Amino acid sequence: MDVAVTNIIRPRNAVICPSKTLRICCGAMRYCLKSSSHGGGARAGTLLLGGGGGVSAVEVETPSLLLSTRKGLPHFVSPDMLPSLPSPDSRLLHLSPFHFLEAVSSSMISKLGGLHQMLGLQDYGFVALPRDSIQCLPSYDGTNKTGASFETPCGRCLIKPKEYVEMISSMRPNIWVTLADEVPAWVSDKRNRKSVDRTLRWMDECISLNMAGGDIFGAIVGGSNVLERQRCAEEVAKRNLSGYWIGGFGLGESIGERPRLLKAVCECLPVEKPRLICGLGLPEEILQGVDAGIDLFDSTYIYHITIGGFALTFPLDTSKSGVSSHNLAEKGSDFTKINLRSTAYRKDTAPIVEDCECYTCSNHTKAYINHLLNVHEMLAQTLLEIHNTYHFLGFFRTIREAIKGGYFKQFHQDFVNRRRDHLCNGDV
Amino acid sequence: MALRFEVLGRFNRARAAQLTLPHFVCQTPLFMPVGTQGTIKGLTTDQLEDIGCQIILGNTYHLALRPTSELIDELSGLHKFMNWPRALLTDSGGFQMVSLLHLADITEEGVTFQSPVDGKPMLLTPEESIQIQNRIGADIIMALDDVVKTTITGPRIEEAMYRTLRWIDRCVAAHKRPAEQNLFGIVQGGLDPILRDICVRGLVERNLPGYAIGGLSGGEDKNSFWRVVAQCTGALPEDKPRYVMGVGYPLDIVVCSALGADMYDCVYPTRTARFGTALVPEGVLKLKHKAMAEDIRPIDPTCSCMVCKKYSRAYMHCLVTKDAMGSQLLSYHNLHYIMKLSRDLHSSILHGNFPEYVCKFLQKMFPEGDVPKWVCNAMEVAGVDISSCCSFNLKQGKKTQESREDY
Ligand SMILES: [Zn+2]
Ligand SMILES: [Zn+2]
Repeated sequence: MDVAVTNIIRPRNAVICPSKTLRICCGAMRYCLKSSSHGGGARAGTLLLGGGGGVSAVEVETPSLLLSTRKGLPHFVSPDMLPSLPSPDSRLLHLSPFHFLEAVSSSMISKLGGLHQMLGLQDYGFVALPRDSIQCLPSYDGTNKTGASFETPCGRCLIKPKEYVEMISSMRPNIWVTLADEVPAWVSDKRNRKSVDRTLRWMDECISLNMAGGDIFGAIVGGSNVLERQRCAEEVAKRNLSGYWIGGFGLGESIGERPRLLKAVCECLPVEKPRLICGLGLPEEILQGVDAGIDLFDSTYIYHITIGGFALTFPLDTSKSGVSSHNLAEKGSDFTKINLRSTAYRKDTAPIVEDCECYTCSNHTKAYINHLLNVHEMLAQTLLEIHNTYHFLGFFRTIREAIKGGYFKQFHQDFVNRRRDHLCNGDV
Repeated sequence: MALRFEVLGRFNRARAAQLTLPHFVCQTPLFMPVGTQGTIKGLTTDQLEDIGCQIILGNTYHLALRPTSELIDELSGLHKFMNWPRALLTDSGGFQMVSLLHLADITEEGVTFQSPVDGKPMLLTPEESIQIQNRIGADIIMALDDVVKTTITGPRIEEAMYRTLRWIDRCVAAHKRPAEQNLFGIVQGGLDPILRDICVRGLVERNLPGYAIGGLSGGEDKNSFWRVVAQCTGALPEDKPRYVMGVGYPLDIVVCSALGADMYDCVYPTRTARFGTALVPEGVLKLKHKAMAEDIRPIDPTCSCMVCKKYSRAYMHCLVTKDAMGSQLLSYHNLHYIMKLSRDLHSSILHGNFPEYVCKFLQKMFPEGDVPKWVCNAMEVAGVDISSCCSFNLKQGKKTQESREDY
């Protein structure tokens, strides 16, 4: 087991560009590392997003989850229901600027006062990055030296750094990530090298064009090649940025090769700055990322399981071994989640998780959600997104406690073991 | 009888009342949103309470198919199943069958239809409809009636009216929970005043807890519509609630309330939201329209709902018809609008300024003074003076009425 040391780093203003007056509404972001294991690895800290201009400051503990959004709002949970989620844990939202390509012009967003005002979410922090991993995905074969190509709701679009920064500056997110050329794991070494070169060049362009204000996270790519990953991370670390975004995951690499790649990247990065990753989502992937020293996760896992009719049920209390795995397997469980479409829940008048305090579990039964799924009513997704988000945020809280308590490695191992045992039993 | 109906205030025929049901004390006039399958368009029950919903309507036909009335019964009724603490109303299921299934056939025994599950012929009798509704457990249940399209004429209308009267006795006899659920009878008779009169008198004789005016809102012309409502409200007892089925346009609600109706239901506010249409005092606002992309105003600057407080038309424009959240937020606003309208009708009748309220309403909707002729006629019968908002010299009531969408 690792011994945790408390390593308080003096909060520093993350200065991005020399002329601070260019910042429009967001103050400087601060990251404060609270505790980390010897020799890198899992770490806990706090991330403070400055307020101003009608926008509140947001302070969250890390490791933390960015909630997935569509056009800036959670997929099925309307803004008046958002306060029922744990706070401040739920106050970091992911945003893809490309969601607005089809309807709202940048000048209009600007006129409406930026994202926070347009969405009526002044108490939330927005992290903008191109990919949403649902509708907006990198299409590497359309990318060329002038810009990155994406599949978006309005077809394939080539986005140049200048256009991207313009979009960002109208939206004024708290944090934004520089434009990257993300490639899947299977491309040639040559193409992978090119993606690192382009990503670095576009990053410098983004920084020099920065009229956006907000804090910039530099994009790190490099596919499945450790050397390229290191080259990219080292170069990005040289720039004066607020933090780092690690891209290129969840694009065909194997789970097995991930720890090596993540370790290589994180070792090149200064410890006092936050690291955000995209493309990891399963609970065990989150643990893998935390173990490597990742602080922020942009994940569509909740969205995908919600759409599939699943509810997260794995025990959050490390001491609990959970319900008999045999029983759960019968009801379509895989230890982490249950499928509420299963007829097993037709008459189940218990909440999804007995002691869960979320809006869904406080008010509704599995039988009702099973019915809503059967008749294709949208409230099913609303209730599931509420519970799943609540539960997943609880998972992150447990992770933070484990890091601070110095038993993260054990917690990680236990989780993986229980999952494996369960799957073995389920096979019988 | 499991309800109390107290008229708190009146303006001529219009009334503001308190309707005490087993699960909720309601203020009328009131609008009941349609929660077909035990839910309304992604809105949580907390949100529906916030908006001010008092009664939600469930569709017996749909609920009987899924999750089945037996299951709802086993899980202690629909209130508990959907966790709705306020009142519920279920329809008889007959209308849904006739309107949704091609092969529905009505005989003296009941409605024969092809099962949507296995295609086998099924029969819904008045007894069965009541039995199913007893299991679902709503505060108000509806008698099975013989529904005919209002556009149909001839002896079929008469047959349906008499059959509806015969069926009400079978419904009353089959009703097992009269102390907890209120069985409303439905006035039929098409557009024929004589048939309507026979039906009203027949139902009133049975001394039911409440009465509905059925067979309207099916494409009949507005003049026939309001005349039937006026005739029925005029003949129904003063001390019982009157429910006009299928009415949901704000203008219709105002007119029917002036004529003495108390309750309404319609899918319109939520259905139109799905197509990107917002209800506003001026009529409707098509948020899909290109001009909305550049409009920084809220949907309705006078609306105090969560959506209008937070969002611009420009943002709503990008959500509606594309994203789940679009129809969720717009349904929220539209229902809020209708609930507010009902509350305003109630308080203006109570406070004696009903005509002023109606005039203000009509002025916003018809700023040119081109109030449709049928509205003027209905208001005359209702004894509500709306001359201040009508410009009679226009003489083009017909044209303007047609040019307005949704009317
Ligand atoms: Zn829950
Ligand atoms: Zn509104």
